[in-house]
Amino acid sequence: MGMASGQIKVGIRTIWDVPKEEYFGPGQLTCAGCGPSLAVRHILKAAGPDVIVVNATGCIEVTSTQYPYTAWGVPYIHVAFENAAAVASGIEAAIKALNRKGIANVKAKVIALAGDGGTYDIGMQALSGMLERGHGVLYVLYDNEAYMNTGIQRSGGTPRFAWTTTSPVGSRVRGKVQSKKDIMSIVIAHHIPYAATASIAYPIDLMNKVRRALEVLDEGPAFLHVFAPCPPGWRIDDSKTVEIARLAVETGVFPLFEWDHGRFRLNPPSNMHVDKSKRKPLINYLKPQGRFAHLKEEEIKAMETEVDSYWDYLTRLLKAFG
Amino acid sequence: MSELRSWTQIPIGGYITEPQNSVKNKTGSWRTQRPVIDQDACTRCRICWLYCPEPAILELNKPYVTKGGRKYNLTFEINYDYCKGCGICANECPVKAIKMVPEVV
Repeated sequence: MGMASGQIKVGIRTIWDVPKEEYFGPGQLTCAGCGPSLAVRHILKAAGPDVIVVNATGCIEVTSTQYPYTAWGVPYIHVAFENAAAVASGIEAAIKALNRKGIANVKAKVIALAGDGGTYDIGMQALSGMLERGHGVLYVLYDNEAYMNTGIQRSGGTPRFAWTTTSPVGSRVRGKVQSKKDIMSIVIAHHIPYAATASIAYPIDLMNKVRRALEVLDEGPAFLHVFAPCPPGWRIDDSKTVEIARLAVETGVFPLFEWDHGRFRLNPPSNMHVDKSKRKPLINYLKPQGRFAHLKEEEIKAMETEVDSYWDYLTRLLKAFG
Repeated sequence: MSELRSWTQIPIGGYITEPQNSVKNKTGSWRTQRPVIDQDACTRCRICWLYCPEPAILELNKPYVTKGGRKYNLTFEINYDYCKGCGICANECPVKAIKMVPEVV
């Protein structure tokens, strides 16, 4: 059957296949140990130079484009917070029209890049419109689980019980009251050709997913949800960014999976984690993070129940669409 | 910071026409700890290079012979102009060949 039902075509097999070229930085003003900065570096390595990046307002935008400097080695545009997907749609449609009329012959792919605030909350309407209209754009969500550059305010992507400045911790309110929005299910419900989760701790998996996503853009939109910890916002040491991202996968908090033409697939190491005993204890992920330092035993239990019920949901997806 | 340009020297629309000119920001001045690679212990696995967010680790085609007589064609070096001293490289190094040393003026 080829691509539709088979495994993804692995372009990058080992660490030595990772391209040497750099299209982002150095000299960007991201904090020391920035997860999103690493995500962008990996995404552009995989995508190569023939892309146009459309960025929503957010950490990466304010830190990479401090006038008169830019950290970008590829064409880049920022318009506003809510409309990265709309701008990307316009660019994709313009390229199509110019190519059709023979005015230009542009091969460049369009990548929209937004944080959790610009995706879960502010950019949701533009994103849904782009997916519904079927624009051939790769939309990348880099998720650091709060509005970090404005000083750590909670977003729809912030997990339950996490401390932020707008979900404070007291005796009655114990961090964020609500659960993290299931963005992947929302995106998959638009029936686009390709959607996947990825993590900065698994860059080879991330880069192969970027390549696969760019491959399907002739058919329609692709979506990548990239987990990217934030040391100042999560109250972790600068050196622990990758370690925490890895623990999020190993404890089952952030499973790696992909939705490819209606088929659901868990990726290593998450493909082992349907069996709960193969997941590391949740406390390993929570303990190093200051934003979860206030958690009592029953709250950790409640979080664990939430992770388990998400895995139950994924298992049922796997049964139905695997 | 380079000298600010006047409005007549700025391209129409305020476009930045020079890709990656952020290299003029020497973010290495932020550092409070510096990573130091022990070239004899380093196994050239490329992991520090892969996980550096800046990037501030250089992969150089520079031969090196360890004290134990092992010959490598590659050498990884820290680019202290941009390294912010986060320590991800030291944390991820599988053979603990990178030490974080306090910056002293």
